[in-house]
Amino acid sequence: MKYIKQVLGGDLRQYTMVLALAALIIVFNVISGGRMLTSSNFQNLLSGNAYVLVLALGMLMVIVIGQIDLSVGSVAGFAGMVMAIAYRDLNLPWWLTVLIALAIGVAAGAWDGFFLAQLGIPGFITTLGGMMIFRGGVIWISKSISVAAPQELKWFGAGYLPEWGPTFTGMNNSTLVLGIIGIAAFIIAQVRKYKRSAVATGVQEPIWAVAVRICLVTVLIAYFTWLFGSGREGTSFPVPGLILLILIIIYHTITQRTRFGRHIYAVGGNKSAAALSGVNVKKTYFLTMMNMSFLAAVAGILFVGRSTAAGPADGTSWEMDAIASVFIGGAAVSGGVGTILATMVGGLVMAVLNNGLMLMGVGADKTQVIKGFVLLAAVAFDVYNKRNGRSSSGNK
Amino acid sequence: MVDMEKNPFILQMKGITKQFPGVKALDNVTLEVRRGTIHAICGENGAGKSTLMKVLSGVYPHGTYDGQIFFMGNEMKFKNIKESENAGIAIIHQELTMIPELSVTENIFMGNEILNRGLIDWDTERQRTNEILLRVGLSIDPDTLIKHMGVGQQQLVEIAKALSKNVKLLILDEPTSALNESDSANLLALMKELRSNDITCIMISHKLNEIAEVSDSVTVIRDGQTVDSYDIEDGYVDENKIIRSMVGRSIENRYPEHESHPGEVIFEVSDWNIEDPEIEGKMVCKNSSFNVRAGEIVGFAGLMGAGRTELMRSIFGRNYGIYRSGTIKIRGREVTLTSVESAIKNGIAYVPEDRKNLGLNLLDSISKTIVSANLEAILSKGLISPDKEKAASEEYRKSLRIKATNIDVGVSTLSGGNQQKVVLSKWMFTEPDILILDEPTRGIDVGAKYEIYKLIHELADQGKAVVLVSSELPELLGMADRIYTIFEGTITGELQRGEADQESLMKKMTITSIA
Repeated sequence: MKYIKQVLGGDLRQYTMVLALAALIIVFNVISGGRMLTSSNFQNLLSGNAYVLVLALGMLMVIVIGQIDLSVGSVAGFAGMVMAIAYRDLNLPWWLTVLIALAIGVAAGAWDGFFLAQLGIPGFITTLGGMMIFRGGVIWISKSISVAAPQELKWFGAGYLPEWGPTFTGMNNSTLVLGIIGIAAFIIAQVRKYKRSAVATGVQEPIWAVAVRICLVTVLIAYFTWLFGSGREGTSFPVPGLILLILIIIYHTITQRTRFGRHIYAVGGNKSAAALSGVNVKKTYFLTMMNMSFLAAVAGILFVGRSTAAGPADGTSWEMDAIASVFIGGAAVSGGVGTILATMVGGLVMAVLNNGLMLMGVGADKTQVIKGFVLLAAVAFDVYNKRNGRSSSGNK
Repeated sequence: MVDMEKNPFILQMKGITKQFPGVKALDNVTLEVRRGTIHAICGENGAGKSTLMKVLSGVYPHGTYDGQIFFMGNEMKFKNIKESENAGIAIIHQELTMIPELSVTENIFMGNEILNRGLIDWDTERQRTNEILLRVGLSIDPDTLIKHMGVGQQQLVEIAKALSKNVKLLILDEPTSALNESDSANLLALMKELRSNDITCIMISHKLNEIAEVSDSVTVIRDGQTVDSYDIEDGYVDENKIIRSMVGRSIENRYPEHESHPGEVIFEVSDWNIEDPEIEGKMVCKNSSFNVRAGEIVGFAGLMGAGRTELMRSIFGRNYGIYRSGTIKIRGREVTLTSVESAIKNGIAYVPEDRKNLGLNLLDSISKTIVSANLEAILSKGLISPDKEKAASEEYRKSLRIKATNIDVGVSTLSGGNQQKVVLSKWMFTEPDILILDEPTRGIDVGAKYEIYKLIHELADQGKAVVLVSSELPELLGMADRIYTIFEGTITGELQRGEADQESLMKKMTITSIA
């Protein structure tokens, strides 16, 4: 146990959800007779859930400041619909319609942020209003009819990376390059952290632990590179997956390495103490809400791209999936706690559940019931764990 | 009941001792209150007054304390507040406990509703409310919502509520602390009237002029013990005697040796006026002016609620209250500080008195807390550098001797003294010129206090202007080069180290106008 602890680096609790995810994948793979861990299934799983995970990125930040955003699904649907209509009726170039959609997201977020930051109306209320306004808006402007989206967007919503170079690799070379970059980045980060740890804290972790960790992660990335890259000709790691990956890196950096990120946690942890430390609480509220709706627009664009048309019901109850991902990832309802990476794991748990149950032929009705129980179980487990963790650290 | 005729005391508390883990809050306290009088209880903050009242009202049930309580001649063993209320004892707390969204009637009969066939009998309740309100001299529609009433009126409703339950002994905990002058006078008059109606009152108060005006007897409590108890004759109160009893403890050698070398005045506040954000028209700072020199430790003495914290927080980027007028000069240059951020940028740091609610984010680690008020300093290419963060926090952990296994430990697991060191580190990391320390040693054990005192001396030696707000007079006398006193939002005096003693300070802290 001690050795495992050293490899994973300290707090084992944060890995319980990762282990649960791995267990889910393996169990579903066995039950479904190997249909879970196939190239096409994972490619679908990722491009079919990227939009929810994008929403979860923003929702994590909203929940960390102690708020909630119920309007994201409607905003996503509205932005996607405006984009499609602008393309159809105004003959604008596709990229301009995308910018319009993003601008709508920013504007909707500014609206929510204004009510929360300036008037002090809780996000729950403002965004409940926003949810109705934008849902109604979608149906209104679309006249309840689906509108075809620019074809160019399909690449963003469901596209694959290009094929090139030698064929002896036996897989899509773009995916291979991506995998190699991933492994290299991890190794560099680990080595730098190893060198740094001695200087900064005076505690050198054993080199074997670093080596084992690097080996484990390398094998993992290599496996998934192979899984995504070795599908049928023309497929690869999906483009929406790549967009998600880039966003994860950006938002992980924002939350962990920027002043704004620190301010989010400070405001969520103790608003008064944050204010007395020079944090502009209103600005933090405003920007977080604005960012959420911006990401909702991104999610809307990805979804429309994938389905090649904007529908009046797009985005219905997406907010619930995003919120569930954040809480399964261990965020606290009272704010101040939660990370981007854990939220992504939470989101993947939901995605794998959906996918695995579908492979098993379980209907949507029962899937919904099971997801509900999983959400409750995950949060209950987390609360139980934290309570135990607190008392044990108190006894030290 | 036979006894009662002979026994002049409505209440006798004998040998009350109350232990908390590690502290003896009450030590063999005796309190005797004669029937039909107004009895004042005085004592410094933390002397044990509130604990005594909690013992009396059953907040601390029988069995958790030692000693006996006799009420109207019978020994009482209250298990909870309900029992003491049924016996006829009611407490009006400093913080009012009514529900703002409900009406006067609803509040008065809360938990005590008059029913008619299982439903609330509104007509009877309203009628009874009218009668009771008349007794406290309040003519107001019984359907008025509490939130629409002033604090003074709310307090009267609270008293009316107690009267509706046939109260015999009414305890008022600092009843006038939130009231303006006319409301205070009103309340004192009501107390006299209740006395004539055979209702006994216990008044906990710091305000000697009020005690002089209404009370018949005084009991002084200090460090959990009764130090004095006597009747007031012919309305003459010897204020000096009460003050001596309140503070009469010797200053031991609890403060490190230090010699100050004050330089130029670098921090100057003039004619500072701040209005209470909740009570319109009530000023929490009235024409306050003070200055601090470089390398000088300036103390602020005042009782709880005198407006010390409000003054400091309003200076710190208008974090509290509504700014009305006044100027701040730093090194002779006038500055306008409209946000905490601007105050920090101008070299001011404020360590709040309420560590857990205002000073710390209890979810954070030591290192994250220490850098939280000056994230600019740990940026590298625009991003927070974990290396710089660790190096900075590690430095403070070592130099301030913060006891923790490492800097990634959560601040919630630290002791009070170590938490305070983390908060001080956080503000030292902003490299301020002016440090405002609001009760920096509250809830900290003696050893850690000494370390914090030494740290304050070091900061002064570095040429920083230090403002030390404290309700412990010995602490101010032991630490400060100069002391200002505050009473009801007004700076009532300024004393040099040599000329100040506990009595002179306490006098200026409890009396508005000094002759």
